[in-house]
Amino acid sequence: MPALAAWYDLRDLGHYVTSVINWLQDDLSAPDWVTYVVSGVIGIVAILLWLLISQLSFIWIERRIIGRMQARIGPNRVGPRGLLQPIADALKLLLKEAITVRLADRPLFWLGPVLIFVPAMVVFAVIPFGKGMTLADLNVGVLFVIAIGSTNTVAVFIAGWSSNNKFALLGAMRTVAMLISYELIQVLALLGVVVFAGSMRLGEVVAWQSHYNAWLLFLQPLALVSFMIASAVEINRSPMDISEAESEIVAGYHTEYSGIKFGFFYTAEYFAGFAISAVTVTLFLGGWTAWGLEEWVPGWLLFLSKLYLVFFLFIWTRGTLPRLRIDQLMAFAWKFLLPLALVNVLVAGGEVLAWREGDISSNVALPIFGVANAVLAAQLIIGWGTFMGHLKPERRAKRAVLTQELGAVYYVPPKRPAGEP
Amino acid sequence: MDDAGSVIAFWLLAALTVGSALGVIAVRDLIRALVLLITSFLGVAGLYITLSADFVAVAQVLIYAGAISILLIFAIMLTPRASRDNAETFLQVPAFLLAGLVAFTIAFISLQTDWSIAERGGFGETASAIGEALLSKYVLPFEMASVLLLVAMLGAIVLVRPEGTPEE
Repeated sequence: MPALAAWYDLRDLGHYVTSVINWLQDDLSAPDWVTYVVSGVIGIVAILLWLLISQLSFIWIERRIIGRMQARIGPNRVGPRGLLQPIADALKLLLKEAITVRLADRPLFWLGPVLIFVPAMVVFAVIPFGKGMTLADLNVGVLFVIAIGSTNTVAVFIAGWSSNNKFALLGAMRTVAMLISYELIQVLALLGVVVFAGSMRLGEVVAWQSHYNAWLLFLQPLALVSFMIASAVEINRSPMDISEAESEIVAGYHTEYSGIKFGFFYTAEYFAGFAISAVTVTLFLGGWTAWGLEEWVPGWLLFLSKLYLVFFLFIWTRGTLPRLRIDQLMAFAWKFLLPLALVNVLVAGGEVLAWREGDISSNVALPIFGVANAVLAAQLIIGWGTFMGHLKPERRAKRAVLTQELGAVYYVPPKRPAGEP
Repeated sequence: MDDAGSVIAFWLLAALTVGSALGVIAVRDLIRALVLLITSFLGVAGLYITLSADFVAVAQVLIYAGAISILLIFAIMLTPRASRDNAETFLQVPAFLLAGLVAFTIAFISLQTDWSIAERGGFGETASAIGEALLSKYVLPFEMASVLLLVAMLGAIVLVRPEGTPEE
């Protein structure tokens, strides 16, 4: 990449920050902590602004797309083509009364909507938006993403518990139950990525994909699928949004929240969606690189377009698939995704071992691995699904104790009279 | 620990950890106690970061703030409603005595010991070093721990399994 100097060079937005830092250090001779704080604040404000703009745009985009998918029009009254609808929504949420239930646990009721923002935004600290555009490139980045994502549950549980409402508590407990199931799958899926890239630093995962010109999407298709499903569960995107399933438990954990407090949950859901899309793009889709295209197009623009594409996938599944039941979702995690993810980790480890020990050229090894893993993924998904679908009736689960406690509705087939088949 | 930032961070995090840990035993409501306990866990994670133990810090957030807290949520939720507050029990005095003894012992030892100060700076990357140590030098304890956890998990499943088959 040629030297970045001119102010109109948009390929790397980080060099503006660098020039500010240099000006602070050289001209004003500021101490180290000033530059540290200034660069941090610039990064945080930039990420926050970008998140808010993206969220406001995607409120409109998502509602229009879902409308189109469901053969209706969607918002089209406020402004041209309904473009000002998000602003109207935001104003409405700000002006509405934020009711606190009399029997609510007040401090926790107030804490819930605040805490829900933390995991959704902190994840962006480790995401490389472009060359030199990372707020903090931790060397345990992948683990950090998972750890921060898991604290999301605590916020949801606080919100659901403090509402003092049985539907809110049911929704919160569903989230808690889902998280312990799907966190495992997330970890196993990302383990496949780490095994290949050989580093947990997100910047190095991107560099690895750029160096070998191989997005991990092609090497780890099974990991990508299980990661995206597990993430959709974690951020409560439909069809996995059973913790706020409006056809069963009103609105789940935010039943009692109104006004801007509800707006916080609504916003945080988008932020978490962007966060998961950003992680997916970074780990599986090559981050801000695209086979040399980043020489010509700003890397952050590539990153954002991939991110919006992944987010569109989430919208698409929301518009297409019906919501799962909680017992189906739990069984899917433990009986379907977990064995597949374990096999995937084993295969990935074996492949990397063979590649390193056998001194195979990466031009030979990586295409073979890609094809083999794609075939394996398809075979495993189809084969395991067929196998699980053909269990003998007496070996199928009749009742799930825990999921029933969490508000699962399950159907007990009526007794057949003896003698009938 | 020479620069001012580390010192300030250490004292802030120590105050957060100890303060919220004190809150855990002082607060009546069990869920509030749990929230304070999670805060305390996060404070400990912060202390690990000041020691440049990044892997341990993230593992602390993942395991304690993420998983142990959920375990506690389940434990509280499965407890009958009557016992959901931090009630007074006859074990209060012995517990305070024991806790005091432990605190005194740790404080005494840490004050009396002549600590040797390491000359080198902070660690660079700890994750790969920990991984290699676990799978080479300490592979036996590592495997034994995993077998132990598996046995515990199977035991839990066997214990909570309902007797006989449910009604058809």
